[in-house]
Amino acid sequence: MENAVEVINLTKRFGEHTVLDNLNFNIVRGKITTILGFSGAGKSTLMKHILGLLKPTSGMLRVLDTDLSTLNRVGLREFRRNFGMLFQYAALFDSMTSFENVAFPLREFTKLNEAEIKDKGFKLLKSVGLEEISYHKLPSELSGGMRKRVGLARALALSPKIMLYDEPTTGLDPITTNMVNELIKDTTDAHKDIGLTSIIISHDVKATLKISDYVAFLDHGKIIEHRPVDEFLESKEPLVRRFLEL
Amino acid sequence: MHYINIFSLNWYNIYFMEQSIASARKPNFLKKIVQSFGSFVIDDIKGLGDFALFTIKFFYWSVKPPFRVKLGFDQLFFIGNKSVFIVCLTGAFTGMVMAYQMYYGSKLISMDTFVGPIVSMSLARELSPVLTGLIVAGRAGAAMAAQIGTMKVTEQIDALEVMGVDANQYLAVPRILAGTIALPILTIIHGFVGNLGSYLIGTKVLGIDEVMYFSKLSQLMFLEDFFQGIIKAFFFGFIIACIGTYHGFSVSGGAEGVGKGTNLAVVWGMITVLVVDFFLTSFLVHIL
Ligand SMILES: Nc1ncnc2c1ncn2[C@@H]1O[C@H](COP(=O)(O)OP(=O)(O)O)[C@@H](O)[C@H]1O
Ligand SMILES: [Mg+2]
Repeated sequence: MENAVEVINLTKRFGEHTVLDNLNFNIVRGKITTILGFSGAGKSTLMKHILGLLKPTSGMLRVLDTDLSTLNRVGLREFRRNFGMLFQYAALFDSMTSFENVAFPLREFTKLNEAEIKDKGFKLLKSVGLEEISYHKLPSELSGGMRKRVGLARALALSPKIMLYDEPTTGLDPITTNMVNELIKDTTDAHKDIGLTSIIISHDVKATLKISDYVAFLDHGKIIEHRPVDEFLESKEPLVRRFLEL
Repeated sequence: MHYINIFSLNWYNIYFMEQSIASARKPNFLKKIVQSFGSFVIDDIKGLGDFALFTIKFFYWSVKPPFRVKLGFDQLFFIGNKSVFIVCLTGAFTGMVMAYQMYYGSKLISMDTFVGPIVSMSLARELSPVLTGLIVAGRAGAAMAAQIGTMKVTEQIDALEVMGVDANQYLAVPRILAGTIALPILTIIHGFVGNLGSYLIGTKVLGIDEVMYFSKLSQLMFLEDFFQGIIKAFFFGFIIACIGTYHGFSVSGGAEGVGKGTNLAVVWGMITVLVVDFFLTSFLVHIL
């Protein structure tokens, strides 16, 4: 399997409004791909299709060699365990401590006992660079950067094959932006052996280009450019140029 | 400083201005009324349909594993914790004030020993379930909508779905079951405290004979009276929790949306308690 995601003639309409317009493109396995685009371009909609949260109006998606249209609701739900997702504001469960957040997927979907969950949870939190004092704090007591780390640890808990990052650096200060970038890079490198694929969705060019292997540019529901990052920087597409020069 | 001299405006200008203001506002105004009334009706009918569907789905979710017993108990304690103090407080004052009112009425016809059963019956059949329902709608129903709404706008619900957890089932089932169980319990507490208040005021303050108070109570109170209140409480608890969680899931658009959802949960929770109370009463008086 060379591609983690294959998008084939994907069209999505909400009523009259065509959000994704006959998309065709692939996301290479084991690499970091960034999907860029202005806000409203359809990036989140595309991501929800990859996750099987939305159904295409027409066309199909093959994710990890599985045609999503062959899965029913329960099948899709189980299939989603192949994904880890880091949300823009981490989306930690606010009634649970950092550790409990990370333990949640382990408790839901594994047969590990409490001691093993504790062991694994602590390891995960450590691997994203969190100090032990923050393991038993609530999300409201953590800084934005720390929350992202916990969110990442939670996303990695079930050893996903695809990591999705939704606007990982939007609205962060430059130092935290760098930190999150390094975290994404390190995470992808650390899971090279299983071929972890990372998909970043962003409208922040400068932040994400540094760590991407491939960049796709989405505009009005169409991919107008999709190349390895160094070629992308040389793109002649006027819209891409405009975006790069922002 | 510049002044506009109104005397320099000629009548033609004023006439023209009025005309343009009228033409600018009139159709808009009418259109707005019609539009807002129309969308109110349509939204409400659609909302009612969605709500009915949500309630039906609850039964499906609740029989489907995993059964989250611990979450249910957490919610039960949460609801109890939120409401038990206020329930006791209103129970005590309701009982006390009822004792006063009934005393002065029944004293006129020398029937003051009937204060006990009259207050007790009013509490058991009507006041305890309804007042407790209103309190729980305001406290726990609102909290359910606020919690779930916040989870919705901060993408916590999406996070559950991405992990492969059925968010509806995970969040709604424990809350609705807990609400259905909590309300009868709180109603019983309300009734007990209310009777205590009535007894204290009746015998210690108003001087009704204690032995007579209890003998009339045991003569005239039947199990049916309690059943009626408890059956009502079951329905109220179920409906309040359904409304609270439903409005939580319906939240959209940031913190403002959460406030709106919470507000709707309280308003509809309270109205529904009163309306359902009427229909349940008219039904239950025939069979009990
Ligand atoms: N559930 C929906 N119903 C109707 N329109 C939607 C829905 N989700 C997204 N859209 C529309 O699709 C377009 C793309 O949205 P989105 O995918 O969120 O863009 P992006 O993430 O690139 O900013 C927007 O115009 C948005 O209004
Ligand atoms: Mg988006």
